[in-house]
Amino acid sequence: MTSHLNWGLPLAAWLLSPVILGIINRVKAFFGGRKGPSLWQPYYDLFKLLRKGSVYSRSTSGILRAAPAVILACMAVCTAILPWGAFRAPVSFVGDVVLLAYLLGLARFATVLAALDTGSSFEGMGASREVQYAALAEPSFFLGMLVLVLHSGFQGLSGILSGVSANTGHGGNLLLLLVAGSWFVLLLTENSRIPIDDPNTHLELTMIHEVMVLDYSGPDLAYILYAAALKLWIFSTLIVNLIFPLHSLPWWSQIPTFLLGMALVAVLVGVVESILARLRLLQIPKILIGSATLSLIALIVKWMG
Amino acid sequence: MVLFLVGCGFAVLSGVAALLVNGPRPARWIAAMGVWIGCGLASIPVVSALGGQAPQPLQWAWSMPGGSLSFALDGLSAFFCLPILFVSPLAALYGVGYLAGHTRSLKAVLFFYNVLVASMLLLVATRNGLLFLVVWEIMAISSFFLVIFDDEHAHVRRAGWTYLVATHIGTAALLAMFALLGAGADSLDFGVLAAVGRSPTMATVLFALAVIGFGSKAGFFPLHVWLPQAHPAAPSHVSALMSGVMIKTGIYGLLRVLTLLGAPSAGWGWALVVVGLMSGLLGIAFALAQNDIKRLLAYSSVENIGIITLGLGVGILGMSWEQPALVVLGFGGGLLHVLNHAMFKSLLFLGAGAVVHGTGIRDIDRLGGLMKRMRWTGLAFLVAAAAICGLPPFNGFVSEFLIYIAAFHGVRAASPETVVLAICILTGLALIGGLAAACFAKAFGMVFLGEPRSDHAGGAHEAGAAMRWPMAALAVACVAIGLLAPGAVRGVLPAVAVVAGGDPKAMLGPAAGAIRDLTGVVHVSAALLLVTAGLLLVRRLLPRGTQQTETGTWDCGFARPTPRMQYTASSFAQPLVDLFRTLLGTRKRGIAVRGFFPPRATFETDTPDAAHERLFVPLFRSIDRLVVPIRRMQHGRVHEYLLYIAATLVLLLLFWKAGIR
Repeated sequence: MTSHLNWGLPLAAWLLSPVILGIINRVKAFFGGRKGPSLWQPYYDLFKLLRKGSVYSRSTSGILRAAPAVILACMAVCTAILPWGAFRAPVSFVGDVVLLAYLLGLARFATVLAALDTGSSFEGMGASREVQYAALAEPSFFLGMLVLVLHSGFQGLSGILSGVSANTGHGGNLLLLLVAGSWFVLLLTENSRIPIDDPNTHLELTMIHEVMVLDYSGPDLAYILYAAALKLWIFSTLIVNLIFPLHSLPWWSQIPTFLLGMALVAVLVGVVESILARLRLLQIPKILIGSATLSLIALIVKWMG
Repeated sequence: MVLFLVGCGFAVLSGVAALLVNGPRPARWIAAMGVWIGCGLASIPVVSALGGQAPQPLQWAWSMPGGSLSFALDGLSAFFCLPILFVSPLAALYGVGYLAGHTRSLKAVLFFYNVLVASMLLLVATRNGLLFLVVWEIMAISSFFLVIFDDEHAHVRRAGWTYLVATHIGTAALLAMFALLGAGADSLDFGVLAAVGRSPTMATVLFALAVIGFGSKAGFFPLHVWLPQAHPAAPSHVSALMSGVMIKTGIYGLLRVLTLLGAPSAGWGWALVVVGLMSGLLGIAFALAQNDIKRLLAYSSVENIGIITLGLGVGILGMSWEQPALVVLGFGGGLLHVLNHAMFKSLLFLGAGAVVHGTGIRDIDRLGGLMKRMRWTGLAFLVAAAAICGLPPFNGFVSEFLIYIAAFHGVRAASPETVVLAICILTGLALIGGLAAACFAKAFGMVFLGEPRSDHAGGAHEAGAAMRWPMAALAVACVAIGLLAPGAVRGVLPAVAVVAGGDPKAMLGPAAGAIRDLTGVVHVSAALLLVTAGLLLVRRLLPRGTQQTETGTWDCGFARPTPRMQYTASSFAQPLVDLFRTLLGTRKRGIAVRGFFPPRATFETDTPDAAHERLFVPLFRSIDRLVVPIRRMQHGRVHEYLLYIAATLVLLLLFWKAGIR
């Protein structure tokens, strides 16, 4: 597959990622007995926000104004590292996983600083929680990755994930499921979904991510929302590559299967969000350490044979 | 090589000139210019050594037994000269601005600063154990005098005392180490010492002494106790030099001694991995709990020394497992982090100094809103904060990246120890990285963002040009190393070759993979910068992209927000500090809010150093109790002292007569 065509993968991510948010909202509406907004509603929201002017707090400096571009740029660049089954990512080199994790870290750092820039105690609270949970979530990502590296050797993310989905069926499935479970908790944490955080609440005291972007409006908010959609896309891509045996499928069915997988992850997030209540904040470190333990168990099983 | 010594001599002589000249202003400029010219002269042989043209080593006779005045510059020495030669002149220039207005003990600071710079340069070039110890001591004493600059304050004198004791415990270990190294050799020249054959047990004892001796300078946990006391006490440009550069001489010493001990054992590597992880995690946990900005930075140095040590441990393990990729990635990552940390930590200390200069306070909980008042300092501090968290596209990411991929590269399912190593590195580095991001979000966010939390912070003024330019230069260096990462790795290979005992060209093979990967990283970093710029441009071109309304921060409907209602640094860090409370031992004091009309309520936390409180204070107290009886001999009567001397003499004569030696 030529390298030019591979740029289709990030392009598809940029175009399709808001649909994921649409699917989650439809699932939640279904569970709530409502019809729910259209699948394309996130696009309408983005276009509406992009046409607006913006309101800034007098307390803020340039940090708040520059942060949305940095956050969105991090996410946009990350999508270029992600493969879809046998379709390799346009950018792939050994250790790109580390870069992926640290680009997400840079986006988080920018969000947190922008929140502190407003001088609001609510946003300070959200920022404080965000850095705490992120610090606890980080090891679990790398432990999971170590399992995959033991599985398929150390190479670029495209190589690692294709090695994984090519090798399924050798008794490694259970391990991959453990890693996928651990990463699903990460997905919920990093994307501020229930049961970790609530993307819809308007009680600022209980929120993490949403409270940090309270002071954004207009195009800045559009950038932030779009970045959130891309982030959800990034984590879902990792999980879909992990649990779907994309490699053993004929080439023409890989893309539909991948997209189906993405939709299923979105449905799963929606279902979790509909049937679970948000956890107490003090419980969250436990669930994060639990997620790291899942990966560690997978690692030990892998290592013992 | 002579040029190198002339450079060192020039720095010292200009220090002497600053002592002699009249008036504070010319003295400040003469001393700083001396550092610039001295470092400029010394950089010529260093650059040629890095280019592969090592200058002719010098060796002169010395009347001391076992000693000779021998100097040389190999790849390792030249590499460690780089941070010294880059940071010292910048910090000296900053000092010209920072010390304006100080007259008390000003000249002493200028003189000892120049002596410190010269002694660090000499230290990395000496090739004789005795000479090394002498220069080491000059470095320790000159930095001690710099720490006690503000000696009218009791806490400064106490900090100086702690530093003096800590550094001499280290020197004692080094003295023992060199004595044992020299056993069976007729000279303490490094070349001779390296050729002596040793038993593995002896080599391990020597290695342990080196870790203690050099670790007390570098700041390995729990030998770091002097750092959080000395750095807040010293003037900021001195803290920058000490924390950014001087503590690295400990790392240099450890590596140099490693080259003398022959083939390392895996146990040493594991020891360094454990020491590195412990220093890294505890260092950053303590940093997170601090309220004093300079104390926070001092603890973060402990963390970064931990990352460096982790890299060195991986390198040693690579040597003993004969995996060249691990050797290059481990040592390369560790050494590159030495250089990177010198850039961003000096910059952070200079930035903190500008804050202290502009507001007069170091307490993070009373600062805030400085970004609008001190724009340049704020931007420079932001770059350094992002770099120290290891975020791309800055330099900190490059060195941490090398250590990360070392973990992945080394792992083989067949050998349990590689898996254990990978788990240690990955969980350790990821957790350290996450906590560092929290710590520096707090340090930058609470100091520079939001609204000022006190009148001092509200009335802050930007630093003068002499202080701004050095910060700008360091910030540029942080970005440049990040974007020229493959070149930086090539630059570190000669130093790795000295430690691993190979030819620099032979290192290129195992390093080729890392260089290729870093090229990928640099491409993505460049893309990141371009996309960010593009998005900012698009943002302006939108239909109402430039239409802005100003209002107050949204506070959920509350009508009269005040700066005192902001989140503070302590509250920001509280969840993580509580998570680590068993390790940190944070003390909380205060009067709680009670009833509907509460009287005055207070709340206070402080996190004393656990190693100091629980290890060293009890230890020194028990030593004190042991030696108290000796005090009976000390009562200040001169004639009895004369009697002691006479009695000792007679005893010695008797022994001599009896033929006992």
